[in-house]
Amino acid sequence: MGQVKKYVVGCFDDENVLFPAVKKVRAAGYKIQDVYTPMPVHGLDHALGMRETSLHTAGFIYGITGTTTALTCMSWIFTSDWPLNIGGKPHLPLPAFIPITFELTVLFAAVGMVLTFCYLCQLAPFVKKHHFHERATDDLMVMVIECTAKTNEEEVKAMLNSNGAVEVNVQEAPVGWWLGRYDRPSKLFKTREVAY
Amino acid sequence: MSLLKYESTLREPLVDGEKTYHQVTEDICRPVEEKANTGWKIGFTISVALLLFGVYSVYREVTYGIGQWNLNKTIGWGWDITNFVWWVGIGHAGTLISAILLLFRQGWRTGVNRAAEAMTIFAVMCAGQFPIFHMGRVWDAFFVLPYANSRGPLWVNFASPLLWDVFAISTYFTVSLLFWYSGLIPDFATIRDRAKTKARKLWYGVVSFGWTGSTKHWQRHESLSLVLAGLSTPLVLSVHTIVSFDFATSVVPGWHTTIFPPYFVAGAIFSGFAMVQTLMLVTRKVMKLDDYITLGHIEAMNKVIVLTGSIVGIAYLTELFMAWYGGSKFEFDAFYKYRIAGPYGWSYWTMMTCNVISPQLFWSKKLRRNVAFTFIMSIVVNIGMWFERFVIIVTSVYRDYIPSSWSVYYRPTIWEVGFYLGTFGLFFTCYFLFSKFAPVIAIAEIKHVLKTSGESFKEKMDVIEKESVEHFAHEHAHAH
Repeated sequence: MGQVKKYVVGCFDDENVLFPAVKKVRAAGYKIQDVYTPMPVHGLDHALGMRETSLHTAGFIYGITGTTTALTCMSWIFTSDWPLNIGGKPHLPLPAFIPITFELTVLFAAVGMVLTFCYLCQLAPFVKKHHFHERATDDLMVMVIECTAKTNEEEVKAMLNSNGAVEVNVQEAPVGWWLGRYDRPSKLFKTREVAY
Repeated sequence: MSLLKYESTLREPLVDGEKTYHQVTEDICRPVEEKANTGWKIGFTISVALLLFGVYSVYREVTYGIGQWNLNKTIGWGWDITNFVWWVGIGHAGTLISAILLLFRQGWRTGVNRAAEAMTIFAVMCAGQFPIFHMGRVWDAFFVLPYANSRGPLWVNFASPLLWDVFAISTYFTVSLLFWYSGLIPDFATIRDRAKTKARKLWYGVVSFGWTGSTKHWQRHESLSLVLAGLSTPLVLSVHTIVSFDFATSVVPGWHTTIFPPYFVAGAIFSGFAMVQTLMLVTRKVMKLDDYITLGHIEAMNKVIVLTGSIVGIAYLTELFMAWYGGSKFEFDAFYKYRIAGPYGWSYWTMMTCNVISPQLFWSKKLRRNVAFTFIMSIVVNIGMWFERFVIIVTSVYRDYIPSSWSVYYRPTIWEVGFYLGTFGLFFTCYFLFSKFAPVIAIAEIKHVLKTSGESFKEKMDVIEKESVEHFAHEHAHAH
C-alpha cells in the first residue's frame, strides 16, 4: 500500500453504451482496473473477463463445519461428558438433534459467508477507499483504465469519448484502502506517510 | 433477441412514472436527507413513551417477580407466550419476501423487501423479550446457552423443543440481520456519496464500510444474497416449525397435533403480511413512495394474505374434525366444550371471523386494490392472529385434567399489558429510526429492475408487441 497509480476514468450513463465500450477498450489492449456501478449489472463481470466467484463454495464449507460442530458437540455431551437420563430416552437421540444441527449449519454458513465477503471485498467500518466519481453510487457507470508507462492518455481519452462516455478525466489514486473518515478530506499516500 | 429486453406491457410495471437512475436515488434518499416532519416526530414520541412504559412494566416484573402477572399454576403461559408467538410470526413475512420470493424470481419483492426485512428484525427483537423475562430470574437467562460451566458442567437438554427455540430464534435473528445489512451497504454508500453535512458523511461513511460499487464486489454481493436467500428459506420454515414444537410435542389436548408446523408457518406468513401492509401503506403515503410501492405490490401481498388465510382456515377445520374423529374424550372436550363454547368462546369466534371469514373478501380484485380497505383488513388480521395464539395457548390449559385445578378466568394485569405495549414501543421506535436514517426501499435493487420493468421503459415493448407473429419471426429469426 501507499502506492499511487494513474488512471483514465470514463463515465457512462447507459449499460447499452457501456458494454460495447468495454469490449473495444479491452480489444485495444488496455487494462480495465474496474467498472464501478450503482447497481449490479448482469454480464459485466463476464465482459470484463472475471471468473465466477467461489463465495458459495466457501459457504458450503462453513455450513458443513456447522453441521459437524453441532453433531459432535451434542453427541459428546450426551454420551460421554454428562450422560443424563431424560425419561429413560436414548442417550443419542439423533432425530431430536436435527433442529439444532440444522440451525447451526445455517448460522455457520451465513456468518462465515458474510465475514468472507467483507474480507474479500475489504469492507469494514472506517475503511476508506478512493472513489473515482461520487455519482458511481448514483447513476454513473465508471470505467477505470490503469495507465502504464507506455499508455498514451490522450488516445485513451479520445477512445472513451468516441465510445459514448459522458465524462472523461485522468486521476491519480492510491491502490487499496486505508483507515479514515469520510467527513475529512483524503490525502494521498505520497504526501502522507502512514505505517500500517 | 436484444430487442426483447423489456418486460411485456401486459404485466403491471414495478416502478411507476418516468424515472431515471438519478430520479430513483433522489426519491428514495429524500426522506433520509430531509428534516423529520411533524408526523414522524409525533409517532416517534408516542413510540418512545410506549417503550418507556414497557421498560417500567418489565422493571416491576424483574423486581417483584412473575407474581406481577396474573399467570397461575394452571395457566402458566398467558399473554407472554401469546405475544412471543405473535411477534415471531410477524417476522416471517419479511424473510418470505426477501428470501423465498427472491428464489421464486418475483420481481415485485424489490419494492418492499428492505422495509419488510427491517420489520423481521424488529419483530424478532420484540419476540425474544417474552420468553427471556418469563424466566423470572432474568439474570440467569444465560443458563439456556450450552457453555462449559462450573456446575458439573451441567449441560442444557438438546432434546427439548424449548432449547431448539433458543437456537432457532437466535440464528434467525442473526441471519436476518446479516442479510438485511449486507443489502444496506451499497445503499448507505449512495447516501454517503450524496451527503452534504459533516455528520452525515461521517456516519454513512462508517456504516457503508467503504463500499465502492466495484464489479467484482457486486458479483460477490449477488452470490452472497442468493446463498443467504437459499439458507433463509428453510430457516424461516424451521423457526415457526420449532415454535409449534413447543406445543406439539407436549401431551396437552389441543396442543398435541401433527398439523401444527405447517399450520403455524402459514399463520405466521399470514400475520406477517398483514403487518407489512400496515407499515407499507403508511410508509408509502408519508414518504410519498407510491411510485415504488404501487397498487400492484399491495394487490400481490393481499393475494398472499387470502391464500395463507385460507390455509389457516383449513387447519382450524382439520383440528375440529380430528378432535371428533380421533375419538379421544379429552381432545373432543378441549375443542368443542372449552374452546368453541365455554368462558373463552368469544376469543375463538373473534379468531375465526378475523382470520378465516373476513380475508375471503380479498377474492374481489376491487377490494384487493383498495388502500383504505387493505389497511383496515391488515389490522383485523393482526388482531385475529393474536387471538389465534391466545386461543391455542390459554384455552388449551385453563381446564386442567383435575377440575379442582380449573382456572375460571384469566385477566392480564396492567404490567402484563404494559409489557406488550412496550414491545410495540420498541418495534415502532426501531422502525421510525430505520425509516429516518436508512433508505426504506432497496435503491440498487430498484435500479436493477428499472429498465426492464419500469413504466416508461416498458412502453418500448409496444412497438414489438404490435407486430404480427409472422413479421416478428421473419425479422428476428436470424437476429442472433
